[in-house]
This record gives sequence, structure tokens and C-alpha cells, in this order.
Amino acid sequence: MTMIEGHTAIEPPKGVPVWDVDPYDPAILSDPGEYYAELRSKGPFAYIPKYSILACGRHEETKEVFSDWQRFVSSRGVGLQDFKLEKPWRPQSIVVEADPPYHSQNRKVLARAMSPKAISALKEGFQIAADRLIDELVARGTFEAVEDLAEAYPVSIFPDAVGLQEGNKRCLIDYGAMVFNGLGPDNKLRQNAMAMGPDIVPWINEQCQRSKIDPGGFGETIFAAADAGEINEEEAGMLVRSLLSAGVDTTVTGIGSTVWCLATNPDQFERLKDDPDLLRPAFEEVLRYTSPVHSFCRTADVDTEVAGISIKKGTKILCVLGAANSDETQWPDAGKFDVARRPMGHLAMGTGIHGCVGQNLARAEVGAVLNAIINKVDKIELAGDAVWRPNNAIHALDKLPVKFTGK
Amino acid sequence: MTKVTFISADGIKTVVDAKDGDSLMQTAVNNSVDGIVGECGGSMMCATCHVYVDAAFADRLPPLSDSEDEMLDSTVAERRQTSRLSCQIEIGPDVEGIIVHTPEEQQ
Repeated sequence: MTMIEGHTAIEPPKGVPVWDVDPYDPAILSDPGEYYAELRSKGPFAYIPKYSILACGRHEETKEVFSDWQRFVSSRGVGLQDFKLEKPWRPQSIVVEADPPYHSQNRKVLARAMSPKAISALKEGFQIAADRLIDELVARGTFEAVEDLAEAYPVSIFPDAVGLQEGNKRCLIDYGAMVFNGLGPDNKLRQNAMAMGPDIVPWINEQCQRSKIDPGGFGETIFAAADAGEINEEEAGMLVRSLLSAGVDTTVTGIGSTVWCLATNPDQFERLKDDPDLLRPAFEEVLRYTSPVHSFCRTADVDTEVAGISIKKGTKILCVLGAANSDETQWPDAGKFDVARRPMGHLAMGTGIHGCVGQNLARAEVGAVLNAIINKVDKIELAGDAVWRPNNAIHALDKLPVKFTGK
Repeated sequence: MTKVTFISADGIKTVVDAKDGDSLMQTAVNNSVDGIVGECGGSMMCATCHVYVDAAFADRLPPLSDSEDEMLDSTVAERRQTSRLSCQIEIGPDVEGIIVHTPEEQQ
């Protein structure tokens, strides 16, 4: 058995084209549009020899592979490494990297902690914080939207929402980026991320203990589930770790991408200002159009078939969500950012049992920021070049200089 | 194809020929039925595809899962005995002719 990047090497299945590309090339990660289109043009799957994986990017098959948890499991890792064959760099997640029935019991607790009802109680505070920040930024005029808005906002509200006693901005943001880079091959991005571990991981692990969680937040609900015997104490800590892994860098990305979409599509910003009912659909379109999580893997746990292609047990499949979300057969005029599209069925937050469990929180955060922007900002312009930051699983901005003109 | 009827809170009836295998939520969204949002796309996360299922069809539906039960506690409109998330109802011969009422509010 030959191993590549921690999983079993496979032969290209019959009928699948071989495509000599590196999906983790920083140039592709920074500007993936052409790669997405070419991947879709190859058919339902392409075989990528460099990593001996299948990649899929058409909406139909990507959705099938990504959501069919019985055939395509998550417990063997959602990156290139197969946890059945190699030990992951950190204890594996008990939600993202788990299958039912174990997954179900754990996800249920997180879903409760961040239920629509729980999030609804936070909305007023979120709006006050967003209004204050946007007022400051309008007063400044020109600013760096990644650091001053996309990072500043979640970091100002997330620690309280969880019940963390201390907020360490860099650890909170960089841990997510590190975890997501960890899903890729052993490239520079992953190596650099892992090198940051000693500065970040001990702080993160410390915050996952019951003694570090104040009442009144998601953390309390999680530990209450441990008290009720639904999960054990260690699992409660692991669920807090899930919040810290996936709860900050993702919303940072979502907010940055939202501002970028509006700055580069001024007609759409005008439409949104004219019709604030489009606020929630507009964020769905940002998600579809920018796909903050660009790809996640699944592992075939049985010999199976998709779209007439035979897939062998143990095959790693790269589900390229960004490609599926820009598939013209699913989204006519997919290359256009359209705030009124209502793109139900996009895969940016996944779908089915592994659908993002923090999505209510993400929508509430971005919703508060967008609402403040619509009310207070008349014009958004780029004040320099937008620069994207390559990451093995996240498509995020590194720099976004913008100018806000107030109303 | 399976016949499905949506009745809005103010009594407007929409009859749709639904595709088997789709969820009731997808059917509503694909046919632009007002009163169902389905923001999370069917991950049982948002509780915005809440419907009241006509009592005559209650025993034709799959049982309530723990997750759906929990999510139904988060609906904006009141939860009733007949409340379900329409993303969890699959269209097929079992539910031929199903009638559901959409609540006044979802968000």
C-alpha cells in the first residue's frame, strides 16, 4: 500500500481524467476562479496525481459526496490525511471529524448552544457593537477593512457570546487559520501554520476548561449538557474547542468578503440600500459568490459509485465547494454577484448533518454589520488593491483598504 | 410527482406538483411559496421552514428526530402539536396530497 499525504494512493478510476494540477498552489488559492471552471469542465471528477485524490466541483456530485455521510465519512478526516491510517496533529474533532451516531449526540449540544433562540437573545448587543464600530469607521473614512472591521468586530463580541474570561485576538483568529491550513498537504502553508502551534494551542486548550468559562454564554450550555450526562466533561471541552476552531476565522472571512463584494459591486450596494429586505439573501449570495470554505475532503468508506464512476474504499475526495457554488448549471450567470439571487442550496456552509452548526451566529454577526453599513454608509470604495491570503481550506482576504463615505 | 398543498396564514392556497425525493422545504422554495425561508438549506439549523402539518397526515410522516424536536423549540411562530420542519419531510407516494399550513412568521 502506497501512502501519499497520509492517505492511501489510488489508481485513477475508469472514465476519470487525470489532471496535473496543484489545488494548493498559492496562486490558485488566491485567485481560484479559473481552477474552479476547469475542474467542472473535466467532468464529475478529476484525478489529481500529485496527491492521488479525486476532486469534484460540479454542484450535483459535490453535494452528493459532501452530504452522504454513510458512504463518504468525516471520521477519517476532512483534510488529506486519513485518520484511520495516521494520527492527526491534534485530537480529532468530535463534530466535524466524526460520524453518526457519535456525531449526532455532540452536534445536538452545539446546535442547542447556538440555536436561533439563543442567538436571537444576542442580537441587540451585536447591533450596538456593530453600530458603534461602523460609526468609528465612517469617521475615519479610509481604513483597512480586514483588520479594522472583519477582525475587530467578531473579536469584540465572540468571547462574551461564548463566556470566555479573556479574549486573545491573535490566538482566536490565528487558531482557526491554523486548523484550516492543517487540512491541506504538507506544504509551506501547513508547515507555517503548525509552527505557530506552540504560541497558540496552549492558550486555546486552557480556554476549553470549565473553570475558564463564565455563565451566560454558549460555553455554559455546553457544560450543562455534561452535567445532564448527555456528554462527558472532556467532550464538553472538545466542543468549546470546536467553537474556538471554527467560530472566529470563518466570520472574519465572511465579513471581509461581504465588504469586498459591496465595494466591487456598487450597483448591488445601491440595491441593498434601497431594499433592506435583501440583507439576509445578500449574505447568502456573498457566501455563494466567495465560498469562504473553498474545499473540504471526505473519505469513501465503502466501494461505491457516483455519476457512473467507480470509487474505491479509502479514496480521498476533495469537495471543491467554491467550484460547486459557481456552477452555471445550478446558478445561471454564476459569475455575477446578485444580492437578489436567493441562492438556496449553495454549499458554503455545507449541507445535511455536517452543515455548519454555527451558521446562526455567523448570520447574526454579518447581519448586524450589514445593517449598520446600510444605515450609515452611503458609498463604499476600494482605497487600494484587495489582497487574498492563501489558505489550504479558506478563501479569505489578507488586505482590503476601503473608504466609507457616510450618509 | 406528488401533489402538495401549502396554505398560508391568511388562507392563500398553493397547490404544487412536487418532485419525489425533494424535501417539502425545497419544493416550497423552488416554487416560490411565500412563508417558507429555508435559510440553512436543510441542515436543521435555522427553524425557518416551520410548517403545521394537517392532522390527517401526521401518521404518514417520519418520526421527529431529537435534533428536529430541539430545533422546533426555536421557531418564531408558536410551536404546536402539528409543528414540523419541512426540510425533514421527503416528497414521495407516502405523502401524496399532503396539506401543510405555513406560519405567520419564520424570522
